[in-house]
Amino acid sequence: MATVAVEVVYRGVFQKSLAKEICRGIVFAARKEGRIGTAFGRYGDSPERNGIPAKQYAVVADGEEELEASLSQYEPAEVDVTIALDDTLCKGVESWAWYGLQPVNKLVKENGTLIVTSVQSPEDLVRSIHRNGVPYNLAILRGQPSFSGLWVYRDDHTDVRVLGALSKSCPQLFSLASVEETVKEQWRSDLKVASARRAYERLMTRLVEPGEGNPEEAYSYHLLPWQEMREGVVVPAVPKGNGFRGGDKGFEPARNPHFKKFATRSMRPVVNFDTCAKCSLCWLHCPDGCFDITPEGLYDANINACCGCGICEEVCPVKGAITMVNEALFTENGSQYELWKAQGKEGYQTWVGEKVTAQKGFGQWSHGYHHKGQYETELALASKEAQ
Amino acid sequence: MTTLPALGGIQVERDELISGSEAIARACVLADVDVITAYPIRPYDTVMQYVARLIANGELDCEFIVADSEHSQFEMVKHASAVGARVFVGSSGVGWFYAFEAITVTAGLRLPVVAMVGNRALDDPGAFGVEHNDALAVRDLGWLLTWVDTAQEALDTALIAWRVAEDPRVFLPCAISADGAFLTHSQQIVKVPGKKLVQQFIPPYNRGNLVLHPDNPITIAPQVNEDWLMEIRKQTDEAMRRAKGVLAEAYQEFGDIFGRRRDPFIEEYETDDAELVLVGMGTLAMPVKVAVRKLREQGQKVGFIRVKWFRPFPTQELQQSLSRFKAVGVVDRDFSMGSPSYGGVLFNEIRSALYPLPQRPAVVGFIAGLGGREIRVPDVSNMIDMTRKTVEEGRTDQQTHWIGVRE
Ligand code: SF4
Ligand code: SF4
Repeated sequence: MATVAVEVVYRGVFQKSLAKEICRGIVFAARKEGRIGTAFGRYGDSPERNGIPAKQYAVVADGEEELEASLSQYEPAEVDVTIALDDTLCKGVESWAWYGLQPVNKLVKENGTLIVTSVQSPEDLVRSIHRNGVPYNLAILRGQPSFSGLWVYRDDHTDVRVLGALSKSCPQLFSLASVEETVKEQWRSDLKVASARRAYERLMTRLVEPGEGNPEEAYSYHLLPWQEMREGVVVPAVPKGNGFRGGDKGFEPARNPHFKKFATRSMRPVVNFDTCAKCSLCWLHCPDGCFDITPEGLYDANINACCGCGICEEVCPVKGAITMVNEALFTENGSQYELWKAQGKEGYQTWVGEKVTAQKGFGQWSHGYHHKGQYETELALASKEAQ
Repeated sequence: MTTLPALGGIQVERDELISGSEAIARACVLADVDVITAYPIRPYDTVMQYVARLIANGELDCEFIVADSEHSQFEMVKHASAVGARVFVGSSGVGWFYAFEAITVTAGLRLPVVAMVGNRALDDPGAFGVEHNDALAVRDLGWLLTWVDTAQEALDTALIAWRVAEDPRVFLPCAISADGAFLTHSQQIVKVPGKKLVQQFIPPYNRGNLVLHPDNPITIAPQVNEDWLMEIRKQTDEAMRRAKGVLAEAYQEFGDIFGRRRDPFIEEYETDDAELVLVGMGTLAMPVKVAVRKLREQGQKVGFIRVKWFRPFPTQELQQSLSRFKAVGVVDRDFSMGSPSYGGVLFNEIRSALYPLPQRPAVVGFIAGLGGREIRVPDVSNMIDMTRKTVEEGRTDQQTHWIGVRE
């Protein structure tokens, strides 16, 4: 065995501990087979922001010398397995700084595996994952993506289930027996050992051919050579926006054309323009200034700029005027106001209704804790599911 | 994952999966540090997070003070050290610079403060990645200064640091430099020794009649002007000279007690039959060693030398070692704008150390990996090629080359 590299792509803060536990588990399980390993987070991702895509890695090798090459890199050049802990990351990984949008499978090597925790169908997932150029396996670990808060860890067995799945997808890394032993030692729970085994047994895998997937080219930045950069650490500011439109009624603020945010969210607001009371609270509270004011005085969330925090839904006084909906239910980032105008009231209401109904299938908000006792209730449910 | 049982009282060696930062925090437990002060800045903050966790877990018993700034942070340990407390402190990048007034006097007053510098570029412009200019800023002041390249070495060196800094023949502060990200944030398996052995290795800190205490009435740091200052500087100079021998002793005994033997000042890698070598500090060693192995497979006689202690500078060791080669490429993860040959700090120090030799190798300077840019294996091969060319072309090009800069 040469080195085996595993990448864990996750939502910043909400899944940080989960990713760390998985990477440590990989190193411990590999040790059972006499191999050494290292676990590290991609440095530029930290300090993490809520929901921002982030990465951690585990690299395993037969000896110190093989491992050495991996120890001075932020991320490996290629990986045997990528694990996406939230399926909405299949749309791409856009972290802080000038990385651009990285396809979630960018580092997966030929015939490697992308493991996704999801309740979506493989076909739906393949549609949103960028084309890779080489064949790879898509493995689905069935279940709701596991989110927790900064200080709480949702012990819903996703950690050990991923390890069980890994031993199936990547037998050269370690066997199921090593995973079971590790889980027993590190987590001290027979129930978790059973969860790991069940994940191994039930993992669904499908080959993805090079031509399959999202044909779009993920956006990237052209970085200038030093001679062409402005001196004095000067970069162009955000250019002036469209400002007022349609007389003095609507207002469209300027936005940074370089840093889009659509990969940073797992949910987006759906605005019902027909019930909106035009109170402007969403516009006032949105931390990212996402709302464009239309000539009618409506508030249109700019989906390229929205980070999916859900504050607009929280503050909206009209029930159902804003609903946060799972990102998996969308394939584009167009303006909802334009859709409303194009489709008319009836068509738009049908569209909103579809999204809101489909969201119910996803249960809770995908991340964070919003009331006292929620963690305990969800934990009980999750443990039941795991059994 | 369940937390590990408290290690404070455990006497046997055990393995832990920890980062370089965590290894240094773990060393604080082993050395039974009395006072730790903190102020957050990346990547050093990972050490303070771990220290806080060790205290919360009941594994570490110390005064832990989160200060209002780096300046206060370093002042506090300076004073604690004067009253006889074993101390630990640390920072990164401009945080370290903000504390500089305190840092300067700590060496002048001969206080054995042990600090960790998580190497980080000096902002602005903001960058979290490694550059060695932060720690290097103490190079003229009387601080012992070392670079480590693995989490294991970080833990071991921290133990050595307290022992040597607090040795009455030395009484100098010591900075342990760890490359941001590659060392501070990577977890590896580390052998954590039992506490009993560590106590055997590090005697209690005893300032003798220099301790600030009501029973020992003294004044520290009066105004001295030109009447005293030069002699005081000379004392610090002598302490730095003595530190060399005390370090060698400490490494010897460290090997005897813990079984991990290392050369104190430089690490030589594949140099026996080498014709040319690269020299550098910190985690640079990893891609260089990989490249050296690859090139050796192709029959190239190349090696690597890692400088571990920068202060005291291993002058004799490097003179002896480097005079065996035709050419030496020095890789600096720092800059020294306007210096001789526009070279890096290590480059110019090495060139100066070699000057008295009758047989001097050609010395070529490289500046690479600034702001945390990765130094990759092909970059290393490139530097080795350029170093070789210098010899082949009659040593005309003993200059500085920037590697990995976008042009
Ligand atoms: S979810 Fe709402 S409040 Fe949050 S960024 Fe998006 S539009 Fe703004
Ligand atoms: S908060 Fe709700 S009601 Fe008020 S403007 Fe926004 S969408 Fe309309």
